[in-house]
Amino acid sequence: MNNINLITDNFLNHKFDTEAIKKGFGKGLLAAGQQNDQVVAACADLTGSTAMNMFAEEFPDRFVEVGVAEQNLVTVGSGLAAMGKIPFVSSYAAFSPGRNWEQIRTTICLNEQVVHVVGSHAGLYTGADGATHQMLEDIALTRVLPNMVVIAPADSIQAQKATIALASHDSPSYLRLTREPTAVFTTDKTPFEIGKAYVYREGTDITIIATGTMTYNALVAAENLAKDNISVEVVHLPTIKPLDSETVLRSVRKTKKVITVEEGQISAGMGSAICELLADEDPLPVHRMGVQDKFGQSGSPDDLLEHYGLTPKHIALKVHQIL
Amino acid sequence: MTITELEQQATQIRQDIIKMLEHAKSGHSAGPMGLADIFTALYFDILKHDPNKPDWDERDLLLLSNGHCVPVQYASMARSGYFDVKELMTLRQFGSRLQGHPERIKLPGLETTSGPLGCGLSQAAGMALAMRMNQQLHRWVYVVMGDGELNEGNVWEAAMLAAKYNLNNIIAIIDRNNIQIDGPTEKVMPLEDLSAKWDAFGWHVIDIDGNNMEQIIDACAMGRAIVEKPTLIIAHTVPGKGVDFMEYDYHWHGGAPGVGVPDHKQAVKALHELRTLKGKIRGEHE
Repeated sequence: MNNINLITDNFLNHKFDTEAIKKGFGKGLLAAGQQNDQVVAACADLTGSTAMNMFAEEFPDRFVEVGVAEQNLVTVGSGLAAMGKIPFVSSYAAFSPGRNWEQIRTTICLNEQVVHVVGSHAGLYTGADGATHQMLEDIALTRVLPNMVVIAPADSIQAQKATIALASHDSPSYLRLTREPTAVFTTDKTPFEIGKAYVYREGTDITIIATGTMTYNALVAAENLAKDNISVEVVHLPTIKPLDSETVLRSVRKTKKVITVEEGQISAGMGSAICELLADEDPLPVHRMGVQDKFGQSGSPDDLLEHYGLTPKHIALKVHQIL
Repeated sequence: MTITELEQQATQIRQDIIKMLEHAKSGHSAGPMGLADIFTALYFDILKHDPNKPDWDERDLLLLSNGHCVPVQYASMARSGYFDVKELMTLRQFGSRLQGHPERIKLPGLETTSGPLGCGLSQAAGMALAMRMNQQLHRWVYVVMGDGELNEGNVWEAAMLAAKYNLNNIIAIIDRNNIQIDGPTEKVMPLEDLSAKWDAFGWHVIDIDGNNMEQIIDACAMGRAIVEKPTLIIAHTVPGKGVDFMEYDYHWHGGAPGVGVPDHKQAVKALHELRTLKGKIRGEHE
């Protein structure tokens, strides 16, 4: 049993329930709202679709419907935060932070207002909606902003924990969510803290650093590679910014080989953040897996992950190529 | 303060603006000069505020959405006691709290950070919503916008929202000076019929002479009295007001020293005009 931190042995039988990561956000927001009456929410005409409906129904007086107006969404959020509220503002990631990036930059980050920007439908798991809605550049857009925390939970349970943690966090954030159901492989006991990376599987031959939905695929790949006597260490990076450089460097210095996997553009994303860290601290080739400077397209998540090369099989193949 | 005293205060603030901009050698001239009466009225009559307690939790809020006009706000803040008037000469310099565009984190008393246009009304709406959630019924959010700024879609998103939630605790003021960087507003991107537009968006609209102290104060009082809708004041102002060669000329909106910002010779002339009320009286220091 070498799944440390994860605290589950479900990988032995590969039987996981599935749930959309955004659902975990919805549950977390409701819980945060129950814990603290300063928590408020705003949405841009996607209340059900971003799983904000539970909060909106429970706390109608603390919910603001701004209509299809993402620029207004985040700037209203800034105003709410200025008055001591703890606003979570949601839309699809393609529109927020996609469309309203400058408003986030000026009125939230530079203005130091603690607004939590929640972008659902990030990545290829958005599926049939196609390229317009499959946001692949959101990690890049948000992690370059000073004061911003960037989080991509691995599953719905982690999204719930992240949401509750953000409600008492003192800097603005971007929370990246996924539409289609994915494996729920962490448990209530799996630790989560903002700013921490976690080794989910210990290994000695190579380190795979993954974020969001790709952590599950990396773990499956690692499990399969073990059958070929390849020992893979999997580091899950739920917080992309600030980067837990200590955990990353410790793992990389042990294995001396590193792959990054993310469900987004390889340019300027999580893998790039690892490149920046290693360039500064311990130069080493980094093999980045992600969408290779292309847009998405309609299809099932399975079809899309296959096409863009992000299945466990592709990850295992990359490990074989490197070793 | 009496109306006459307020008018004198506005003239003082105009002189401050000219000196600050000449010293900084960059910035925007016309807008701040045109807004001097409105900001004087706000800081010396209308706003419930305490310069010694900028974070007083019962204060009215004032947002300058068109952040490039901030010299008029800095001068008004200094003259009303937020900080020493001498600090005005640090405008736009390295290490100064008086950034080229206002930053809340740098200077206590500023409610937000602005410059990129179109975001003030939305933030005002968020603040007004929070006040309502907190059941604070005796606080107001004032937001000053430029007219060129209305080209931004974000403004109209906020206009719809404020009407939807009947945010009657917002009083928005448009500095209708008819100029923007590329020229007259009606040439760059026509705004008229501005009054009808805001009326159609569900706002109570008041048109005033934005360089008339009494009208500014009365319109804000009316705005506080209107409970059915948020209030929008279209304040018709003269850009560069108070200095003949600046008035009405969009070239003074902003730009390099001597073009949009007074050089020394122009500053002396401008200050002479302000101090002598355009030659009607003898200047105190001349």
